Amino acid sequence: MAAISREEVAHLARLSRLAVTEEELDTFAGQLDVILQAVAQVGEVAAADIPPTSHSVPLTNVLREDVVTPCLTPEEALSGAPDAEEQRFRVPRILDEDVAS
Amino acid sequence: MSTDLTKLSAVEIAGLVAKGETSAVEVTQAHLDRIAAVDDRVHAFLHVDTDGALAAARDVDARRAAGEELGPLAGVPVAVKDVLATRGVPTTVGSKILEGWRPPYDATIVQRLREAGTVMLGKTNMDEFAMGSSTEYSAYGATHNPWDLERIPGGSGGGSAAALAAYEAPLAIGSDTGGSIRQPGAVTGTVGAKPTYGGTSRYGLVAFSSSLDTPGPCARTVLDAALLHQVIGGHDPRDSTSIPAPLPDVVAAARRGAGGDLTGVKLGIVSEFTGEGAEPGVLAAFRESVDALAKLGAEIVEVSCPNFTYALPAYYLIAPSECSSNLARFDGVRFGLRVGDDGNRSLEEVMSLTREAGFGPEVKRRIMIGTYALSSGYYDAYYGQAQKVRTLITRDFTAAFERVDALISPTTPFVAFPIGARTSDPYQMYLADLYTIPTNLYGGPGISVPCGLSDGLPVGLQVMAPTMADDRMYRVAAALESAVGTLTPPTL
Repeated sequence: MAAISREEVAHLARLSRLAVTEEELDTFAGQLDVILQAVAQVGEVAAADIPPTSHSVPLTNVLREDVVTPCLTPEEALSGAPDAEEQRFRVPRILDEDVAS
Repeated sequence: MSTDLTKLSAVEIAGLVAKGETSAVEVTQAHLDRIAAVDDRVHAFLHVDTDGALAAARDVDARRAAGEELGPLAGVPVAVKDVLATRGVPTTVGSKILEGWRPPYDATIVQRLREAGTVMLGKTNMDEFAMGSSTEYSAYGATHNPWDLERIPGGSGGGSAAALAAYEAPLAIGSDTGGSIRQPGAVTGTVGAKPTYGGTSRYGLVAFSSSLDTPGPCARTVLDAALLHQVIGGHDPRDSTSIPAPLPDVVAAARRGAGGDLTGVKLGIVSEFTGEGAEPGVLAAFRESVDALAKLGAEIVEVSCPNFTYALPAYYLIAPSECSSNLARFDGVRFGLRVGDDGNRSLEEVMSLTREAGFGPEVKRRIMIGTYALSSGYYDAYYGQAQKVRTLITRDFTAAFERVDALISPTTPFVAFPIGARTSDPYQMYLADLYTIPTNLYGGPGISVPCGLSDGLPVGLQVMAPTMADDRMYRVAAALESAVGTLTPPTL
């Protein structure tokens, strides 16, 4: 049985903000199925009582003195932006017109 | 002077520059000429910074002329994987989504390279976002292995490794999330070291999997790698996962190992990594090297690490999960590509079109796998379970290091494969990292050192050491190098 359907891959692509093509969906569905079936092997390990590891370095709350250090100028911070306006990143509209009005 | 400066080690170059027998400019020009002569066939570089390199070299020469005390790698050229931010110099991560981006700041490692007087030649090719084992997933075309131009140079840092093997640079920087320094080192006959996680700064390293990404040194000799490690390593307050402790003396360890005495050192062969799955030629070269290590005085035992078998599937859940989150920043707002912003489309549509156009197939696959593994219905069975397996793998290492000083294995199951052989089956590509991944999940250091040839292609031996015992792996690697020598690739 397939681990993942074409429809589920389409849903994942939407969640991932990837405007994939129909052709890509065909390819990815098969490939993701192979990969997911292989990685599902982790389920064979008896690990119910084992604590998870998210990170190998046990550091928490790394703080520093609250002093100003050199940082980027607004011009430098915006230098790679596809679009900028009045020292800000300019983005396409985020609200529908009926909501915005 | 008739010496071919591109054939020298970093130590030799630095020595000649320090004595005034050559200049940093001469050394840099020799490497730029070499790049011009061979890189159309190798394609190790995505960007060659000719003006910046010559300016940095002139600066070193001026400082030397003024009597300034220079560091041990001053005047030595270095190639930098395109995963590190370089101020004013294009940084693409091998992806179309960052094409043309010139970062406004330097990564900590790049800053330390500049302060040490090394000369950055340019940025090297890589699998897009460091996801891959062959450099074929670069959006800018594959890199070719100098040992056989029809074969892959490993990945993701194939550009850095190929630059070394093609004598385009004596030193290079890589980054290792699942083997991206060590596996390219193995298949190009060069040395690649993954430091302890947190031992080298990630500040300015474009993130793939933040709990695994580890930048590190690549070179043609173990001592050169150690010297580069010393320059780039150590605590960085700008990386909150950087270990606030002094770096072990890796250079002294490499020099000690070069003496060829491993008396009193106990090495464990990972028994899970010498069975089926590895090519016979790889195993033969590995076994010969084990004999060589024993002759140097090392005590050799077999060690079983049963959970290492599950490292590959655990990794291919953890790394894609972290990547699906990290790569959300590529949304066409603050840097890089923006597609479809015609004044009518919504932000979400523009984001989706931008990411669709900017990312290649492997990156898309991993983002979707990660999104799947982190979704509420599958989290426990996939990502959560993989994190528990990570704990068990760490316990295997801890138990092993109670018995032995370091673990050894082949670096990768197979030698450099032909370009195109594994791109249609992504999981076959993943198998290249079978032996290197456990170290990343544990967080300890690992190094690949050339150990012989199989049908004329290089084989690497991997040394794995406990966390913050990077010096130990350099000692063993340098001892092996003293016994088997370095490998010389065919003339290009």
